[in-house]
Amino acid sequence: MLTTDKKRLQKRHRAETRFRAYGVLSLMAAAGILFTLIYSIVSSGYTAFYRTTLLLDIELNAERIDVTPPYSRNALMQGRYSSLVKSALYAQFPEVTDRRARRELSSLLSPGAELAVRDYLIDHPDSLGTTIALEVPMSSDFDQLYKEHLPRSGENIRFSGQQLQWFDRLLEEGRIAYRFNTQFLFGGDSRYPELAGIAGAVAGSFFALLVCFLLSFPLGIAAATYLEEFAPKTRLTRIIEANINNLAAVPSVIFGLLGLAIFLNVFGLPRSTPLVGGIVLSLMTLPTIIIATRASIRSVSPGIRQAGLAMGASPVQVVFHHVLPVAMPGTLTGTIIGLAQALGETAPLLMIGMVAFIANVPTTPMDPSAALPVQIFLWAESAERGFVEKTSAAIMVIMMFLIMMNLLAVIIRTRTQGKSKVE
Amino acid sequence: MLIVALGWLLVESWVIRPAVIQTLATGGVQPTANVAFQYLEIRNIAAGVLPDTHASEAVLIAVERYKSLTSTASKLFAALFLVVGVSGFVYSYRRISAQFPAREQVEKFVRFFLLASSTVAILTTLSIVMALVVEALLFFKHVPLLDFLFGIKWSPQVAIRADQVGSSGAFGAIPLFAGTLLIALIAMLVAVPIGLFSAIYLSEYARPSVRHIAKPMLEILAGIPTVVYGFFAALTVAPMVVKASAAIGLSASSESALAAGLVMGVMIIPFISSLSDDVISAIPTSLRLGSLAMGATRSETIRKVILPAALPGIMGAILLAVSRAIGETMIVVMAAGLAANLTANPLESVTTVTAQIVTILVGDQEFDSPKTLAAFALGLTLFCVTLVLNFIALKIVRTYEERYD
Repeated sequence: MLTTDKKRLQKRHRAETRFRAYGVLSLMAAAGILFTLIYSIVSSGYTAFYRTTLLLDIELNAERIDVTPPYSRNALMQGRYSSLVKSALYAQFPEVTDRRARRELSSLLSPGAELAVRDYLIDHPDSLGTTIALEVPMSSDFDQLYKEHLPRSGENIRFSGQQLQWFDRLLEEGRIAYRFNTQFLFGGDSRYPELAGIAGAVAGSFFALLVCFLLSFPLGIAAATYLEEFAPKTRLTRIIEANINNLAAVPSVIFGLLGLAIFLNVFGLPRSTPLVGGIVLSLMTLPTIIIATRASIRSVSPGIRQAGLAMGASPVQVVFHHVLPVAMPGTLTGTIIGLAQALGETAPLLMIGMVAFIANVPTTPMDPSAALPVQIFLWAESAERGFVEKTSAAIMVIMMFLIMMNLLAVIIRTRTQGKSKVE
Repeated sequence: MLIVALGWLLVESWVIRPAVIQTLATGGVQPTANVAFQYLEIRNIAAGVLPDTHASEAVLIAVERYKSLTSTASKLFAALFLVVGVSGFVYSYRRISAQFPAREQVEKFVRFFLLASSTVAILTTLSIVMALVVEALLFFKHVPLLDFLFGIKWSPQVAIRADQVGSSGAFGAIPLFAGTLLIALIAMLVAVPIGLFSAIYLSEYARPSVRHIAKPMLEILAGIPTVVYGFFAALTVAPMVVKASAAIGLSASSESALAAGLVMGVMIIPFISSLSDDVISAIPTSLRLGSLAMGATRSETIRKVILPAALPGIMGAILLAVSRAIGETMIVVMAAGLAANLTANPLESVTTVTAQIVTILVGDQEFDSPKTLAAFALGLTLFCVTLVLNFIALKIVRTYEERYD
């Protein structure tokens, strides 16, 4: 009798341990996946912040650039730099004379090499006529080779034996360097992975979020204030509340369809612009802001309201001078979280045309532009090997922005919590 | 004043832009589909960002036109600003008097503004329904509703290529529904156990220090943009699925339903865990203490007392998660592929409603072809299904919350 009891108890305790282990395992699974995700992104993306450059001695010959004095900025912009760069490269390999071999040789360089020379000359017009040593970007394939993302041998090898020999010789001569890639952070998009930058996408996202904030913040606060403070308990109010809850759960593609059909086709707003993107995103953020604001208005102590009313303030004055300022931290936290969600939103932006290839960095919300998540999507879909690291790096950038926004929200929350404790 | 400033922006797009593009047309350059980019080029040249030598004669004329138009417009607007400002001042100065109930007037206006803003939500819903229904009705003129809902062949491209509008294109949405359900099912198989057990562990077992680490971790999972999950699915998980299935002798497509479903499940874990956490925490402590006092172990308490009590709430959470899974877009666009296969094999490539909507509408759209309109019909279906799911889920959660309040 005693032994069976003991056995049963042991069994029950074993079940207890098992059950507990399931919980630990699921948490560890979630943590493991998160870690794998971050690891795979960072390990494939950190190299995008660097790029491989080749040191060339370039003779800045005015005649070959085809410019005549005065050397205005505009004139220098239109010069021809391609042959300068190529002959500087050929000078490194005097033994290569064959045309086909030379073409193979010049594929070591990125099309951005000549632009680098041009930009150097525009910054230093005095150096015209001299020979400069300049580090110019190498083409994506060789950039990837240096970073060991592409194999040197095996099937589908992208390099000829000769190209590898040239590459190794340049490496031995110390002409190949590994530099921080400023163009990635400050340049616009490009068809060439080694020249592509995210500044255009960042600016596009910034303008879209700006429009989104300007629309959804006042509207959200106003709607929440009305529902929480003034709305009579009527049918209309109930419908509005149900609507807001439902809107929060509508899939984001549907908002894209809305933007396409209403804002683009009916109102004729310009396609591909952060303006339309921001409007669509604001409709999606509105429910988040309204719900957060209502919660924080509700938590304002009724004493404040009654004190205001007792002093003879009108209900509107009480709300605007006393309730809303007290509720502001909660509202701000909600807004920031809503904006962070909007920043990561991709599908609706795809449908209103923010996917076009745009190399310009937009300067107003009315310029066609991409946005950060859309840029990630575009790069992820492109076939070139060099874009894989760019995609991961762009993800690192967007995650950084998201972390900063969320940290801001946490700081606002904890600071106000600390304050109310002191009071 | 604000209205005038907004007007400035609108003048740019509605007056200057067509005028410039018209100059372009009279100059012999046909405005193409890329009018926006031509216009951008003109603006860039005018601002001196782009060199003007490569530009054609017509473009140069357009640039001049743009420059003159913008300078006239800015002068006009300076004048307008002044006039509006001064007249506004004069008007308000005149109306200042002791009898004028300024505060009441302002407050009336403020209340009206607040009411108006709260109706924005309704307007949004109405315009969603309008947009979807109008375009979907146009679609159903081409393709009968029943063929759309119960057809088993989906190939919207056919109709375009044969140039036979609506007569032969296959718009049977069953493969899309099946693909959507398959992926959602895989996602739920991942998310429900992991999410639920995490929630149970966090609310019933975990020490505060563990909770302080685990909760933010789940929040990070929730905050990762879906496009990042999509990239992760395509770059890391899909090759893993291919390798794993090759190891056990099966061949998987490089864009398999399994990869998309697994990653979507990960995305939904925090959703389920936080909702169930709320539900479990809402169970009165007396239930818990009663069970423990009867000698039940903690796991027995959870399984036999807490979970049954929390079941409706958890079902609501799962329904909300399902609605999110079928509405999720970027993961399936990037990882599930576009082939409309009617299959239950998770290693094959399937497509979903949302993936089709995106692929149809990215790029050029013709609003008279059934292919483009099909996206709106799919959108309408998606909207209705998620609406019903959300409605039921919210109802369950609400009645449940009231029970223990």
